[in-house]
Amino acid sequence: MAVEPATDPARDAERLSPAEDAITLTGVVRRYGERAALHNVSLRVRAGTTLAVFGPNGAGKTTLLRMLATLLVPHEGEVTVLGHRLPRDAHLVRPRVGLLAHDPLLYHDLSARENLRFYARLYDVPEADARIAHLLETTGMTARADEPVRNLSRGMAQRIGICRGVLHRPEVLLLDEPRAHLDPEAAAMAEPLIGAAAGVTRVLVTHEIEHGLTEADRVLGLRDGAVLIDAPAAQLDASQVRRLYGVTT
Amino acid sequence: MRAIAAIARKDLLVELRTKESVPAMALFAVTTFVIFHFGLDRDRLEGELAAGVLWVTLLFAAILGINRLFVAEREQGGFDGILMAPIERTSLLLAKAGALLVYLVALELIALPVFALFFIEEGFWEAVPRLAAVILLADLGLAFVGAMLASIAVHTRARDLLLPILLLPLTVPVVIGAAAATKPLLSVPLETSGVGKWLAVLALYDLVFGLLAYAVFDFLMED
Amino acid sequence: MLLTTAIALVFFYAPNDADQGFVQKIFYVHVPLAIVALIGFVAAGVMGVMHLRTRDDRWDQRSYVAIHMGVIFGVGVLATGAIWARASWGKWWVWDEPTLVSFLIVFLLYVTYYPLRYSIEDPQRRARYASVFAITAGAFVPINFIAVRLAESLVHPRVLNQTAGDMPGEMRLTFLVALAGMALLYIALVKLELTSKHARYELRRLRRLLEEEDRPSGAAAQPIATVPAKPN
Repeated sequence: MAVEPATDPARDAERLSPAEDAITLTGVVRRYGERAALHNVSLRVRAGTTLAVFGPNGAGKTTLLRMLATLLVPHEGEVTVLGHRLPRDAHLVRPRVGLLAHDPLLYHDLSARENLRFYARLYDVPEADARIAHLLETTGMTARADEPVRNLSRGMAQRIGICRGVLHRPEVLLLDEPRAHLDPEAAAMAEPLIGAAAGVTRVLVTHEIEHGLTEADRVLGLRDGAVLIDAPAAQLDASQVRRLYGVTT
Repeated sequence: MRAIAAIARKDLLVELRTKESVPAMALFAVTTFVIFHFGLDRDRLEGELAAGVLWVTLLFAAILGINRLFVAEREQGGFDGILMAPIERTSLLLAKAGALLVYLVALELIALPVFALFFIEEGFWEAVPRLAAVILLADLGLAFVGAMLASIAVHTRARDLLLPILLLPLTVPVVIGAAAATKPLLSVPLETSGVGKWLAVLALYDLVFGLLAYAVFDFLMED
Repeated sequence: MLLTTAIALVFFYAPNDADQGFVQKIFYVHVPLAIVALIGFVAAGVMGVMHLRTRDDRWDQRSYVAIHMGVIFGVGVLATGAIWARASWGKWWVWDEPTLVSFLIVFLLYVTYYPLRYSIEDPQRRARYASVFAITAGAFVPINFIAVRLAESLVHPRVLNQTAGDMPGEMRLTFLVALAGMALLYIALVKLELTSKHARYELRRLRRLLEEEDRPSGAAAQPIATVPAKPN
């Protein structure tokens, strides 16, 4: 059992207390040509809480996640993550945010371990080898860590992708349907890393309505770039969320 | 600096393992020399003809390598991974240009001896030190411009077609400078006059486009 | 108005030097075309810089039109250059003229501007990349000119120098008028196309605003449940 290496004390000092907002959006607009991918979106996410994001395809969910990951800049409005304004202070946000999307972002010709070492260098992760070993063990991938990623199944690549996403111990996790491609066993393994138990602020995009409502503290419902639901999860039921998708039950 | 090394190292590791770019470039160059032999119906070359054949071949072989430069990032999603990392984005440019430089030098280490074998009768070894200087400066220009254009082309639809037509006009000064500098070095008897002037032209090109690529790269990467 | 006068001047003044021969007349069209086109290209590069700095799409429009006109003028340069070559040396193309050769390379580069723009779907990215191209190509123009000049001067004497080097007063004046006329023509055409483009841009923008008023994507789509979080 690999020992979890020491955490970074300098970073810990910066962590937000639960009372503060980890993420704030105010009147954010993001265009794609003439269309508005996000239109006047405002939300707040308290530190340590989970925000579930629902919406049909094209609603702007991925755009929102990518904006929080500093991959997209807002055309109008304000985005603040962990106290830093984007895009101005994106470089301060990047080490503290992790995105897990459909693409595990791994180089096919390198092994899982080599991929993780690469990202560890980019993020300047302390005691990288130990951290990598620990993550590989947690996701049950130690045995196949030295084969080219090309040889791994989709589910296994996804598990390595999860390792990559949490490698640098981000305080904000951006999850785009993280359980897709994971079998129940793998999903269970990933829980301590990306689940509610991880104790970090999470923005979770999912189509699993019931699961999302259970996991979330607040819910955001998007449709055509606009916010139609912005409420605590406890005050919502599944039928309201389903209306977002145009399904009337 | 750490980021540049990390990315370059990753690229070289992949290349070492897949052997995708350099062997193809080298093979292309050697085959092209053979084609030139038949096309020109010559057993030996010297002076401007030798310089021309050499540089045209090296340039076209370089395009093969440049085309592949960002493909892994694009197809395997690595762009997001690198763009989200807490690094300077220009590190990507410098790392890719550096990797490309390594590929070009590897290409030349193979292509040049073969070229001498096929076409040069005498005086090649005396020319090598100065030739190396010309090649290095030309490679530097190709590396910067190639990396920058590759990063542009990779986001377009017809990237394999667009890259050569963008690259070729832009690298004309490199060909002019390199060929003109090489011509006296491959002449019989060997001359060295005039080489300095062309080295200066190449250096100017490298400086201008190196700085330009560095300055605009952030704008190319953002979204 | 001024433009028409300028063009008229060019065409009526030129015959005053008819004794110079047909070849010289082409010269008054060819060289101004080239100079204006090249300046237009470099200006497009500056507009590209402005676009990247201000993120205002109108700079991208200006850059595009400047390059577009430059390419059209460029076709004129090459055509008149070919005519001149034919008249002077009996061939449709010569490598002796470093300016012409250098211009050809620049032209080939700027022609790639169209496939580049066309092959990028994301509109914001397209504008940004086009600006980067405009800047790179703009920087390329002088460097290429230097390189080609140096190359050709080795083998061939500079013909343009011989014909244009010492221009008697009359010829110089005609030339300057031609240059001014060409520049004004360029600017007029650019303004014309920009106005039409701008009008279309504004039309689309207003239409979009109207649509949003009729069907505001935000509020009118019935919110299902909004309970905004209390601020801390």
